Formats: sequence, structure tokens, C-alpha cells
Amino acid sequence: MAGSRPAPIPAPVRETGPPAPKPEMTAPAAQGARRPADLSARPRFAPWSVPWSVHLPVPWALAALALCGLILSPLVSLTLEAVQGSGELWPHLLAYVLPQAVAQTAGLLLGVGLVVTVIGTGTAWLVAAYEFPGRRLLEIGLLLPLAVPTYIVAYAYLDLLHPLGPVQGGLRDLLGLTSPRDLRLPELRSLPGCILLLGFVLYPYVYLPTRALFLMQTGNLLEAARTLGRGPAGVFARVALPLARPAIALGASLALMEALNDIGAAEFLGVRTLTVQVYATWVNRQDLAGAAQIALVMLVVVIGLVAAERWARRGRGFSGSAQRPRTLARQPLTGARALAALGLGLAPVALGFLIPAAYLAHAAAGRLSRAGLPERLPGEILSTVLYAGSATLIAGAIGFLVAASPRLLSRRLGPGLIRVASLGYALPGTILAIGLLGPLALADSAFASASTAMFGAAPALIGLGTGGALVIAYLVRFLAVAIGTCEAGLARLPASLPDAARMLGRGPLATLARVQLPLTWPALMSGALLVFVDCVKELPATLLLRPLNVETLATHLYGEAARGTYEDGTVAALLIVLVGLIPVAVLLRLGSRAGRA
Amino acid sequence: MRGRFMRVRFDQSRLRPSRFLQGQFLQGLVSRHPVGAAGLALGLALGAAPAGAAEVNLYTTREPGLIRPLLDAFTARTGTTVNTVFVEKGLAERVAAEGARANADVLMTVDIGNLIDIVDRGLAQPVQSPTLEAAVPAALRDADGRWFALSTRARVAYADAKDLADLKALTYEDLADPKWKGKLCLRSGQHPYNTALIAHHLVKHGAEKTEAWLRGVKANLAKKPAGGDRDVARDILAESCELGLGNSYYVGLMRSGRGGPEQQKWGEAIRVVLPTFAGGGTHVNVSGAAVAKNAPNRADAVKLLEYLVSDEAQGLYAKTDYEYPVKAGAPIDPLLTALGPLTIDAVPVAEIARNRKAASLLVDKVGFDQ
Repeated sequence: MAGSRPAPIPAPVRETGPPAPKPEMTAPAAQGARRPADLSARPRFAPWSVPWSVHLPVPWALAALALCGLILSPLVSLTLEAVQGSGELWPHLLAYVLPQAVAQTAGLLLGVGLVVTVIGTGTAWLVAAYEFPGRRLLEIGLLLPLAVPTYIVAYAYLDLLHPLGPVQGGLRDLLGLTSPRDLRLPELRSLPGCILLLGFVLYPYVYLPTRALFLMQTGNLLEAARTLGRGPAGVFARVALPLARPAIALGASLALMEALNDIGAAEFLGVRTLTVQVYATWVNRQDLAGAAQIALVMLVVVIGLVAAERWARRGRGFSGSAQRPRTLARQPLTGARALAALGLGLAPVALGFLIPAAYLAHAAAGRLSRAGLPERLPGEILSTVLYAGSATLIAGAIGFLVAASPRLLSRRLGPGLIRVASLGYALPGTILAIGLLGPLALADSAFASASTAMFGAAPALIGLGTGGALVIAYLVRFLAVAIGTCEAGLARLPASLPDAARMLGRGPLATLARVQLPLTWPALMSGALLVFVDCVKELPATLLLRPLNVETLATHLYGEAARGTYEDGTVAALLIVLVGLIPVAVLLRLGSRAGRA
Repeated sequence: MRGRFMRVRFDQSRLRPSRFLQGQFLQGLVSRHPVGAAGLALGLALGAAPAGAAEVNLYTTREPGLIRPLLDAFTARTGTTVNTVFVEKGLAERVAAEGARANADVLMTVDIGNLIDIVDRGLAQPVQSPTLEAAVPAALRDADGRWFALSTRARVAYADAKDLADLKALTYEDLADPKWKGKLCLRSGQHPYNTALIAHHLVKHGAEKTEAWLRGVKANLAKKPAGGDRDVARDILAESCELGLGNSYYVGLMRSGRGGPEQQKWGEAIRVVLPTFAGGGTHVNVSGAAVAKNAPNRADAVKLLEYLVSDEAQGLYAKTDYEYPVKAGAPIDPLLTALGPLTIDAVPVAEIARNRKAASLLVDKVGFDQ
């Protein structure tokens, strides 16, 4: 990359003066005469930047350090907690708890990984490579499960599939059976049940980046494969799939981390994963140190797996060329094949969204007709959007800068910054929140002593128990999502474009703002969408850190579930789904424009 | 210069689909003032800090909706606002982290273990109040006034209403009897309501017998432990099992129709029995509260606790939450009196709480939840 190259001052251009004005450059060409003066000045966007060959402009280096400090602070406090533990519980854990937990977790991750990869990639290819009636609708529909938290889906399916629920009831009526004893479907509260449920809800994490990649992929490569005699299956398997690997890997790793750190659905479905055992070790076995130890070991394993995947695709380039990419011409399908395509694409939408959402809507309608709208709802919507929105804005901005840091800061240190800043996603929400308590308290007391020294009085807490703590927790937890999508977008960008901008005299920041940002905007937006939806759905950290008297939609729902008035909670659940739909719609607007352009 | 630059962008314009969203404003804001943009957003996010005159801050592991009527009645009486935050897990950790300048005045939990935890971590302060001492029996409060139980709930048996076998003399020990093989439904053994019961068994019978008992109960299970107490009633209606354990107040919540018509059917499908330990009484857990060590509004916090054990509030506990009041003579909801007279076992709840961890480890050891 250009990060370590000497300053590419295009001397010949400067000496030969302005080029002949081209027809489309009329207005700016008039400024051409002043160019030498322009070039000698520092770029407007980065008054502080030093010549390109020197890495790490000081303010940026400090900002990067501060970010790493923020992200690492919960890990440091968890590590401190972990090393204080006596470890006396470990023989017990190794004998009775961890073997089963590791087996369940491995089974869950393998299963979910398989399901999300197959569904996510398959559906992405279906809507990218084929044209059939209903395709545009399907393109939208396939994103919908993103809007539903796993714990809501689990709750809906437990109700629907219960022996007393409509599915088994209907089957009994159909078969003429009277007692639930006569018909026993496989129990949803099982590992396979949990795998299928999480798989059908989490596949959009793979679908979203993979579809974007298929759309952005130069059609040339795929068409070349077609001209060389490959059928559709061959093009998919030999060209499209290998090219889409970074997107699939990113999506699958996000989905797997969601599955690994999931607590609601797993607990609901009776699957005792490692994360569930981390909670149980803390809460029931009364050993926070032991819980921190397990969580940190899990983190090391996760980092190892992610590193292994990156290592496995080391040294391969995935970026396109600077040529205007031609999108793939879709192959039209007709008749039975079109129907089959539509059916295949609709199945995951129905299972991951339509069925649970319809169930929620039905239950919520029942509640609304009986008791009307919960009166606290508007405030809850506001706080949900406020906290999630603030975190999304910050995570989007920081995520883009971090993803660009290999070019912006230093080719050596940038990737390290990306890894460190992504760490928070690998920790379960509550554990992260517990880890944040210490650093926030420290920041509070530092602020208090500074304030006491200066004004003679300590103010109220500014970190703990305020919305700031919540936004920080969201940021630390979900920054990885923004970074990941921006990184994938930037990786696709041919290096020649920013190189050209640099060659033409723009500073690194201006290049970033004027070339990379616009070109990776769809990726940034999709990252922001995922962050926003994740924040809206986030429960454990929100529960622990939110201020007094503040409820979000997720905590409202949890509260209703806690007192067993599930039906009252369905209104909030439905609203979480609706809030989740807003950014899905925004993204699709973007996506469909890209498709039309 | 600029012109040449614009041309590069223009050539690639197909790739940036929304001119509006990536317009100069946002770009300029983020690239020129990234810190400012972040600060603006953060500033907006801050500041739900409570303000006003007389107020009490209540941190609770109990869903505040359940006690909202009580808090509203308190506010109506005293004019003191009650700010609440529902922190189900990590309440003690949060209060500990907030330290000397903590906002918390009253810490409320729905499990004796969590309550004792708060005291053991030094997060509560002693309260001397004749009102509290008169209302709460000695076994249901700390001798130094660092915690007080406010209501009790019994761990009762839900049995199939169609099955007419005599269960009057049912004991917790009976649950391990092989005659229940394949007929028992329970929630996770790691749930505090079950660990408290197992801890109680530990106090009564010791580790060896409790382990054998737990293995016997495990062998009787019709399905893997999961779900909540109400699922036991629902599974009994679905004929998945015939007997299970649940808290007493769920009976009231289900049968009253407060949880909706579905739950009413579950509640009516079961017969409720108050089991006892052999030669003892029924296992109860408590909801309770403590005044936080660094409570900024200590006087009002004590007033709130005193209100919660008043006749009015104790009656509300029974009426809105179907709990047993702690105060002698306070009214009990008819749905609860219908369950029969409650004889609380003599083992003090604090003693049960001390055995909670051992009980949890025993649940692991016998693979109860596997």
C-alpha cells in the first residue's frame, strides 16, 4: 500500500503547468493557473499532518492510543479480576461443567456456521445471478430476520411449537388425535433446535456482505468464466465463491460471535453453552473471578480462530480493478425454475421473520385490544433510538477511520489497531459490561478529584449510571461490526484510486474524505445499519448500565418477560422489530439505487 | 486541482448511490470535526440524571412493574419520588463500582442469596427502626438491620388436576421417589429458586443425602430442565408431565387471568399442594431490601422500607403480586388462602443462603441440567 511510500509529489505536473483544459473541467480549470501556490500549501483538511513518509501524525497516534485504551480497559479489568481468583473452582468446572459446555458450544458453532453460510451465500447468489418474478422483493425480504432479536424468535417458536400451540394443535386436528400425548414432535429445547433457530435468524450477517460483494464484483470475471464454458454452478463454485470469501468469512464470523455470545435464546432453549456457564459461574457458583477466567480463555480461542481464518487467506488479493465494474447480467428464469427460485429464497424469510413476526403481531394485537398501548412506550422508543443512534454515529465514524488506518496511519500498526478495536465483539455483553464498571468508576473518581481540586466540589457521577456508559458499552461491543464492513469495502477498492488522488497532491485525509469515503459509502452504511440494529437489540449491557428511570424497548420486553406478562411484552417486541426495519429500509434504498445506477 | 479531483469522483459516481447521504455536510462534519461530531452525539446521549426535591433511588433485581403500585402509593403519601432501575444480574457489582458517590438508596432483590450477597460485600448499612423490627419477624431480617424481608413466596408443587391421588402429605423428599419416574417437570437446577430449595435440603440432610436425592429427582424428570415455573403448569396441561415445582405467586398470576387467558387455562389445569420437608415445614424464599451503604437519601430510604411493611403496603403485596406478607395479620389474597395454610420451615433463610453455592455445585455434579 501507499502508506510507506515516499511522498508522491508529481513534480513533472507541477513544472509543466496546468494541462490543457478539458471540456468537462470548465470552472475548476480556471483555477489551474494558481495551482503551484495550492500545492505548496498544506492540504486543507489536515492542517496538522506531516509529510507522508513520516508515519503516525501525533494527534492521530494519540487518538488511536486512546481508542485502544478504551477498548482494552474492560479486558484489563477482567484480567485483574481473573488473576485475583484462587482457581479453586477449576477442578470442579473441568470435571462437571466445561466438557459438556465445550461440546455444546462447538456443536452449536459448527451447526450455525454451516447453516448461515449455506443460506446466506446461497440466497445472495440467487438474487445476484438470477432474474425471476419477485426477486426485488426477495432482495429486501432476505434482510428482515436482522430486525428480530434471537431471544424474541426463540420465545415465539417455543409458543408456536408447544404441544398446546397452533402447529401441534393443527396437526392433531388433521390426524384426528385428541391428546397431546399421542403426537410428540421433536423438542425445540435442544441443540439441533437452537442451531436451526439461530441459523435462520443470523444468516443475513452472511447474506448482506456477500450480496454486496456479488453486486460489486466485476461481471467481467464471471462472464469470462461463462464464455469459457462454465455453467452457472461452475461460475458460482469456481469464481464467485472464492472471490466472495472475505465477505462470507466476515459475515460468518459475525454470526458465529452472535451465536457464541447469545444468552437469551440459548438459555430459553436449555442449551448450556460456555457463555451460559460463564453467567452461571458468576451468578450461581458465586465466582466472578472464575467467570472472568473462562471468558478470557474463550476470548483467546476466538482470537485464535479469527487469526487462523485470516492466515488461511493470506497473500491473496480480492480487490477489483479501477475500471468501471460491470455488474453481472442476471440470468432470467421462467416457469417452474422461477417458482423454485422464489420458494427457495422465501423459505428462510418465512422461518426467520414472517412466522415469528406474524405471531408477535397477532399477540400484540390481542394485547392492544384488551389494554391499549403501554403508556411508557414513547419514552422507551426515544431512549432506544437516542442511545443506539449515538453509538451508531460514533461507531460509524471511528469504524471507518480505524478501517482506513493502515493507509492513514501506518501500514504496520494499522492492522493491529483494527484487531484491537474489534476485540469487544468477542465478549458476551454482560461480561463486557462488568468489565466496564471498573474503568468507568476509575474515570469518575479521576474526574471527581480533578473537579474537587479545581472547584472544591465533586459533581455527580458522569460515567456510571449515565447514558454515556451505555453508549460507550455499545461502542466497545459493536465497533467491530462497523470496522469489519468498512474494511471489507476498502479492501475491494483498487489501490490505484487513492494512489491517484495522492499523486495529484491531496493529503491522506482529503483522499480519505474525497475518494475512499464516497466509494465505500455503501459498505459504511451497511456497517452502521448492523451496529444500530445490534444496539437496539442489545440487552445484557443495557440492563446493567442504563441510568435510573430509563427503559429501552429491549429492557421493557425483558421486564415483561421477567414477570411473565409475555403478552404485554409483545408490543415492545414488535416495536424492536419495526425499529430494526427502519435501517433495513434505508439500506435497501441505497442498495436498489446501486442496482439501478 | 479540484477540478481534476472532481472528475475522478464523477467517473466513479455509479458506486456511490446516494448523493444526499454522502453529501458535503456529513463528510465535512466527520472528516473535519470527528471529535466534535462524537462529542455532540455523546452530549445528546447523556443527561437522564434524576433531579428534583425529595426522592429515593431504588436499584432492584425485581421487575419494578411488579411493585409500581406500591411505589406510587408511597409517592402519593409522602410526596417522595421513587426513581427505579431494574438490574437483574450484577446489581451488587454496579453498586460496588459506583462507590462512595453512588446514587443507590434502596437495594431490593427477589432472592435471599442476592440479598445476603449485598450485605456480605459491605454494600448495605445497618438500620435501627422500631417500625421495621415490629413488622418483620426476626427470622426474616438481619439482627443488625442490614436487610429486611418484605414478602415471602413458597416453593409449591403443581400437580395434574385430573390426577386424584392424595398428595396432601407430599414432601420435597418424595420428589426422588421412583414412582414419579418420567412424570416430573422442573426449571433449571441452577435457577436461584431451585438452588435455594436444594440449599435448604443441604441444611436439613447434609451433602451426601442431598446428592442422592438430587440424582433421584433428576432420574424422574420427564424432560430436560428448562423454561420457567409457569411452563411447568403449561406442560402439565399439555400432558408432558404430572408434577413439578413452582413459586406460589405464579398460581395467583395465572389463575387471576393477569397473564392473559392462555395462562389462566394453565393455572386451572393444575392442583396446587404445599409440600413440606419430612417432619418440617414448607420452603420459602423472600423478596427483601437493604439501605445502601452510601445512600444519598438515607432518611427517605428508611421511610420507604417502613412504608413497605405497613398494613397498606403488605396488603398490596398480596393483592398485586400474590405474595405472602411478612407482617403477621396482614391480609392474604383469597387465591393464596385457597392453597391451604402455609407452615414455614424453621431453618432461617440466611442459613439457606449460606449453602447456595454448595447447592449450585451439587447441581453441576449430578449433571442436573444436562
